[in-house]
Amino acid sequence: MNVMQPIDRIRGGVHEKERHESGHKHVSGTAEYIDDIPEPQGTLHGYLGLSQRAHAEILSIDFEAVSSSEGVIGVLTAADIPGENDISPAHKHDEPIFVTDKVEFHGQPIFAVVATSREAARRAAAKVKIEYRDLPHVTDVLEAAAANYPLVIDPLKLERGDIEAGFAKAKNILEGEMRIGGQDHFYLEGQISFAIPGEDDEVLVYSSTQHPSETQHMVATVLGVPSNAVTVNVRRMGGGFGGKETQANIFAAVAAVAAKKYRCPVKVRPDRDDDMSATGKRHDFHVDYKLGFDDEGRIEAVDAVFSARCGYSADLSGPVTDRALFHADNCYFYPNVRLRSRPLKTNTVSNTAFRGFGGPQGMVGGERMIEEIAYAVGKDPLEIRKLNFYGGEGRNLTPYHQTVEDNIIGRIIEELETSADYAKRREAVIAFNRENNVVKRGIALTPVKFGISFTKTEYNQAGALVHVYTDGSIHLNHGGTEMGQGLYTKVAQVVADEFQVDLDRIKVTATTTGKVPNTSATAASSGSDLNGMAAANAAQQIKARLVKFAAERWNVSETDVAFEPNTVRIGVDRLSFNEFIKIAYGARIQLSAAGFYKTPKIHWNRAEGRGRPFFYYAYGASCSEVSVDTLTGEYQVDRTDILHDVGRSLNPALDLGQVEGAFIQGMGWLTTEELWWDAKGRLRTHAPSTYKIPLASDRPRVFNTRLAEWSVNREETIRRSKAVGEPPFMLGISVLEALSMAAASVAEYRIAPRLDAPATPERVLMAIERLRAAARQKG
Amino acid sequence: MAKVTMTVNGRQVSGHCDDRTLLVQFIRENLGLTGTHVGCDTSQCGACVIHMDGKSVKSCSILAAQADGSTITTIEGLAADGELHPVQAAFKANHGLQCGFCTPGMVMTAVDMIRRHQGQLDEATVRAELEGNICRCTGYHNIVKAILAAAAEMSGARVAAE
Repeated sequence: MNVMQPIDRIRGGVHEKERHESGHKHVSGTAEYIDDIPEPQGTLHGYLGLSQRAHAEILSIDFEAVSSSEGVIGVLTAADIPGENDISPAHKHDEPIFVTDKVEFHGQPIFAVVATSREAARRAAAKVKIEYRDLPHVTDVLEAAAANYPLVIDPLKLERGDIEAGFAKAKNILEGEMRIGGQDHFYLEGQISFAIPGEDDEVLVYSSTQHPSETQHMVATVLGVPSNAVTVNVRRMGGGFGGKETQANIFAAVAAVAAKKYRCPVKVRPDRDDDMSATGKRHDFHVDYKLGFDDEGRIEAVDAVFSARCGYSADLSGPVTDRALFHADNCYFYPNVRLRSRPLKTNTVSNTAFRGFGGPQGMVGGERMIEEIAYAVGKDPLEIRKLNFYGGEGRNLTPYHQTVEDNIIGRIIEELETSADYAKRREAVIAFNRENNVVKRGIALTPVKFGISFTKTEYNQAGALVHVYTDGSIHLNHGGTEMGQGLYTKVAQVVADEFQVDLDRIKVTATTTGKVPNTSATAASSGSDLNGMAAANAAQQIKARLVKFAAERWNVSETDVAFEPNTVRIGVDRLSFNEFIKIAYGARIQLSAAGFYKTPKIHWNRAEGRGRPFFYYAYGASCSEVSVDTLTGEYQVDRTDILHDVGRSLNPALDLGQVEGAFIQGMGWLTTEELWWDAKGRLRTHAPSTYKIPLASDRPRVFNTRLAEWSVNREETIRRSKAVGEPPFMLGISVLEALSMAAASVAEYRIAPRLDAPATPERVLMAIERLRAAARQKG
Repeated sequence: MAKVTMTVNGRQVSGHCDDRTLLVQFIRENLGLTGTHVGCDTSQCGACVIHMDGKSVKSCSILAAQADGSTITTIEGLAADGELHPVQAAFKANHGLQCGFCTPGMVMTAVDMIRRHQGQLDEATVRAELEGNICRCTGYHNIVKAILAAAAEMSGARVAAE
């Protein structure tokens, strides 16, 4: 028997700063995205024909010029759909693939052209002649309310305490409103699907989707075939951010319908402008709030209505607007509270998931309220924040009746305040502003508390498939999708750790509905929490069989069998992992397992607005300092410090990257990224020429990001880590608040600046002018 | 139809394409070199950056016919003898990528940037020069770090060689 000395530890286990599993392929151009898959001979290309009206009846469509255009094979309309002409993820039957008699937003798909090349299909689609009869349209959320537009889905109300008594008791009452803009995902890889027809009713679809199972079900529904006829594969996406949770479905469905109809592989990839016009975005919100507070700034009562521009259909607007309410409290205890959502229909593209899923809008609303109080009582907003934090007797219940049990915001804030030297720098900012008339500075330190779990309880489950081959190499598959966040790397680290083998022994394979069924979207930051646990479970099943086998074969107790770095110790013997696996195979031990996980403890009753929707919370804080040119409204972020909680990180390098990237994306949302619709209901910011996402030069001049290394998830998550995808997005709020302070300086910080988002230079300038005028009036 | 001939990654290639065919289409579709990506379709995002006669260009904003007779290097041609170029290695080592879609363009831009500045780069310069390359995932932090690391390594290697 071989006796091997164990090395200290495996390469690439959990908590290691392992590099992205595809890193070497990304830098050498060999990582395959869907548009890079070699096209079989005879591949056709589909292109969508979009509505040129925001709201209109379709009187007639003339496809003559389309059909006769060079390279065109055919035109698909609703009549060509063998199953249901609907892909509503909310099962409301309000989202046709192709509209028939009425369009409800500018950019809505009406038909698709299938041609021998993408270029031919695109050119042909533009040749259609459609006769419309215009109907009145509404793109803005308040106009929709004024026009009595319907809600796309039932609203939510969260209520706790006695709102009337709270206001009666409050010494100060204040009312206000805020607008918060939407955001385009701008994933670098646009939407794309590639369908290959199979035998009988079968079809294989490569789709850039965060939710392969839903894409599979939608394609099946649209084709009128059972789900077992459809396989959806995705190895990686070039970014998702929520934009490929439901929005990938239409492209997959159209490609599949065309593939079956013409019995050819069909690829559908919209042009970037069409992608931005025809797919949903982050919801714009309008917040109406009423606040009661004492002279110190302690909140007594909050009554707020969150109205959202949902677009023409429900899509995910229900859970998105719910999550806005779940985060309107951020880290603050509201003794008496009533929060209501108003998911309004508009004649715009149907808004959808986007990193934070409504939570950021809720949180920005909550932070605006804090700011209002601070300016009303004349204090540093950070003081008001601390005064209202959850914590202390009877101050831990959220508006949805979940008790905050894992609160660490106090420590996070304290550490960041010290490391960022907040107090001294705030004094310096105020002194600078006294001396300088043109450039004004602002500084803000803002907290984040974000609830982790899908609020739809059934989504909190996951599966994984692990095979150990006879040579000891391991194949890992799970239901999560890779979109750059490093999920494949993290889950592989978990499996490496379970078997105690080096990470390079494990191959993560493309996500496919054929290996792990009925999966949830890789969304809600849940990817590694759910799939990491499911993969660990699969590995543990195999290990349990191996341990039992070894104990019997070597005649030792099961506790004398241990997986140690690249070896297995059985009593006094030690075998290499590979050798042991070969022996186990010879003894006919099953070396494959399907793992499963469901999040414990959570429940949610939406009708009553009560429950424990979240397994735990992730926390963080950021401090940003800005300089604003008060003559033009232009600004720059001079410095940002971040301290963020990811529990015991599965991979600190990947997590740090998530925090940095999320902050910049959040900052972009609140500053330069402005969606703009014209009077005809056309989105005019439909390319990066007009829609400004942050560039390398926009990032803070000084940027210090740290993880709270002492944090350990108090719940039993995978290796006590915490989710990281969404929570740090809201760290960007400190930039908005810092801009707000800089604006407030022109009125001696006596008037709440009420700077809406995105705080574009124009909006900052208007706020400054408004504050100057108000200050003059006040004298 | 135009007949174009060029040297791509050291190999002489020629092909027929429409006059209006973009260089990026020619590279991806005719030559099957799919490491060069199409991100925005409008010459803004930089995912399609390649080197034409040694200079970085957005291959979506130039016609294949215009590249006739030129020498092209794409991301696939950067590594020599199976060894990653120092910029590629630095992006990998510094976690200068997440979804990876912008990475080939970033790397090609960085190589040209380092060449033009003879490796003498500071952070402000890198950030300014990266304005033609969009990344939506990383917040650019590790990308800038990677470029600075590669520049330092390459100029160090050059100094050592001199």
